[in-house]
Amino acid sequence: MADLTTDFLGIKSPNPFWLASAPPTDKEYNVRRAFEAGWGGVVWKTLGSDGPPVVNVNGPRYGVIHGADRRVLGLNNIELITDRPLDVNLEEITRVKKDYPDRALIVSLMVPCEEEAWKEVLPKVEATGADGIELNFGCPHGMSERGMGAAVGQVPEYIEMVTRWCKKYYSKPVIVKLTPNITDIRAPAEAAKRGGADAVSLINTINSIVSVDLDAMCPEPSIDGKGTHGGYCGPAVKPIAMSMVSEIARAPATAGFPISGIGGVTTWRDAAEYITLGCGNVQVCTAAMTYGFKVVQEMISGLSQWMDEKGHTSIQDFMGAAVPNTTDWQYLNLNYVAKASINQDDCISCGRCFAACEDTSHQAIAMSDDRKFSVVDAECVACNLCVEVCPVEGCITMVPQTAGSVDPRTGQTVDGSYANWTTHPNNPGACAAE
Amino acid sequence: MTSSMTPGIAANRLGQDELANNFADLHMPLQPHEVKVAADRCYFCHDAPCVTACPTDIDIPLFIRQISTGTPEAAAKTIFDMNILGGMCARVCPTEELCEQVCVREVAEGKPVEIGRLQRHATDTLMAQDAHPYKRAASTGKKVAIVGAGPAGLSCGHRLAMLGNEVMIYDANPKAGGLNEYGIAAYKSTNDFAQSEVDWLKSIGGITIENGQSLGRDIHLNQLASDFDAVFLSVGLGGVNALAIDGSEKDGVQDAVKFINDLRQSNDLATIPIGRNVVVIGGGMTAVDAAVQSKLLGAEQVTIAYRRGRDAMSASRYEQDLAASHGVKLLFNAQPNAVLGNGAATAVEFEYTAQNAGKLSGTGEMIQIAADQVFSAIGQTLNADVDLKLEGRKIAITGAGRTSRASVWAGGDCASGGNDLTVTAVAEGRDAAMDIHETLMGAA
Repeated sequence: MADLTTDFLGIKSPNPFWLASAPPTDKEYNVRRAFEAGWGGVVWKTLGSDGPPVVNVNGPRYGVIHGADRRVLGLNNIELITDRPLDVNLEEITRVKKDYPDRALIVSLMVPCEEEAWKEVLPKVEATGADGIELNFGCPHGMSERGMGAAVGQVPEYIEMVTRWCKKYYSKPVIVKLTPNITDIRAPAEAAKRGGADAVSLINTINSIVSVDLDAMCPEPSIDGKGTHGGYCGPAVKPIAMSMVSEIARAPATAGFPISGIGGVTTWRDAAEYITLGCGNVQVCTAAMTYGFKVVQEMISGLSQWMDEKGHTSIQDFMGAAVPNTTDWQYLNLNYVAKASINQDDCISCGRCFAACEDTSHQAIAMSDDRKFSVVDAECVACNLCVEVCPVEGCITMVPQTAGSVDPRTGQTVDGSYANWTTHPNNPGACAAE
Repeated sequence: MTSSMTPGIAANRLGQDELANNFADLHMPLQPHEVKVAADRCYFCHDAPCVTACPTDIDIPLFIRQISTGTPEAAAKTIFDMNILGGMCARVCPTEELCEQVCVREVAEGKPVEIGRLQRHATDTLMAQDAHPYKRAASTGKKVAIVGAGPAGLSCGHRLAMLGNEVMIYDANPKAGGLNEYGIAAYKSTNDFAQSEVDWLKSIGGITIENGQSLGRDIHLNQLASDFDAVFLSVGLGGVNALAIDGSEKDGVQDAVKFINDLRQSNDLATIPIGRNVVVIGGGMTAVDAAVQSKLLGAEQVTIAYRRGRDAMSASRYEQDLAASHGVKLLFNAQPNAVLGNGAATAVEFEYTAQNAGKLSGTGEMIQIAADQVFSAIGQTLNADVDLKLEGRKIAITGAGRTSRASVWAGGDCASGGNDLTVTAVAEGRDAAMDIHETLMGAA
């Protein structure tokens, strides 16, 4: 069995699966259950300054986008940071860390954007023995209205400034958690790095309204007839998060900077994908909130089996392996030609590929009187829509055309060499390849 | 107190509670959660095979999508647009041989989308509301007579009324509904659904039903043809093929159609006499309905004997399995030779059969099966003396139910073609109505 031990910023954990700062990590009781279930690490739900704790709404805090069979695809929440006293949380953190020395325990923090506030809280956190801190610069609701959370994360200068304070008053690793509610994720990542952060984690939740009550004419979750945007997470946000992760991994200024990947990790495969895009570990919330802490067992066994099959002996073996293959559109090989191919043995004749292609794409699927569906190579642009709408996984595949064969759509011979937009004759800015 | 073991033919074999349980809905209505799960499974196929397989061409993927988005009333409209008896068809259609047989989920997983039960959910939802979903068009001033208030006649009548025609339906029986009311197993149409459906269908207006009017006795085709602008004949198959074997006159031998009819009309199932040993002769749905209901009434041993093999049986495999699951024994390749007994039946003697050069013939080997009661379910025949061209033993039709006589249409089981299914009768009635209407409007 592959070794899943992870060393992230010098913080060791038995596996790369950490629970993200969120409702599941708000209390000692939950965190102990998580560690017993096998989670490698926990980011304790965000602590605020000493004094009267924040208050939460007493109505619904969550809303969901469901897929078939009420599968949770996207989860939205309007919960704030911990609403329990600071000293209670600190005591619990101290106890739990002592009892689980082999697990990673990170404390998420969010205090006002004043040096004194950070100077006051950081020594208390340091005293718990926790392994590091994560700065919550991402919470998009409630706290941001008070100048914290995403209100900081959306201003790179603030990120840099607060990170510096943290490095000044705290000796252990500092992770900066980024908000996705921004146009270019590279700017806050670079700011965190400039401020001396040890890593970034992303993404925090996305501004969202998941549904509207059509009787009450009110966004949901609705609190006594009013709703507000919440933070969106779960499987639906994974593509957005992975794109942002990849941008940080690829950018020259941040390449190689440690990243903790967050956003819709539900299975071992999701985790593996994040790691190949440059993450040193992943953080999970929605999967645990949907299925309970036991889901980590599938993540552990699945990742381990896949690593064994691929011959990977550690997470490091494939960390960032997909980054060199993540490029800009202009560098994609325009000489590459594929065609869809339908495996007739697997086809169940639903005709969804036909409807999708005929109505919304390139009329490249033919349908016979006896409901046999076949690809019309002369029309197929290999868009992949048929592959994705087919209910049977693997029934339709994209087959690369061999060099030297003729593409019946264009009448041109498939060129085995690489050529991209930068040198394409239709590109006004093209420079001829010499 | 009698029991299943009481010899001969006896009533009261089972208690009221057991009978009520036995004759409850064969398929219970889907509960709200089941509806969501079942509807989620539809792939919304292009040019869906289920629609092609439906004799009434209901847009099944559309109505299931309408259910899944919380609008079962819209789903019901999609169904009723094509099949105004969609409520009954949801209960009695052999979906396993029609829509569900060709569902791509059946191909992929061996588990089709539960189209029939979803259809029932939609139609029950809309029919429970106190408003008929269709409005009549302005009056055309035309009058159409329909003979037979079964599925074909009701379907034809509703469509004609909706299009603005006046419809008079004559039926020989005391109640409308035809086979829906008299001819199907009780557990497929509970809570007097057939009559509720007739009342609901009639509520569009413009439809009058006169019962106790038998063609050739009380009403006559020539008179109808002169009194009305058009006539639609949907008299069904009123006759039954006689069991022509030795001893068929003995006590305890009766036709299955009558038994099913009596059972459906009974207010107290316990009073229906049933044999300890019952033999049903035949291989169709009537045979299965009679056999299963015999068992449900408390018969100890029930056998369906069919002269050909399983594959030739017109009752579907699903129906065969339904019978078997109720403890009915299926005997194949056995043709009746004689009913034995002194005055009353005690057994039926069968001769085994084999196919020789495509012909069925007896092998000479005999078997006797104990039988206090023998139900004959060997087919029904047209029982109306009409001066119309016949095809085989049914009224010959061309196109949308046109008979050899202008202004006379026919459909349902009495007409040529078709497959004796309720849903097919509904389609034929609907299509004939459209043709009648267009003809009367001078458009055809």
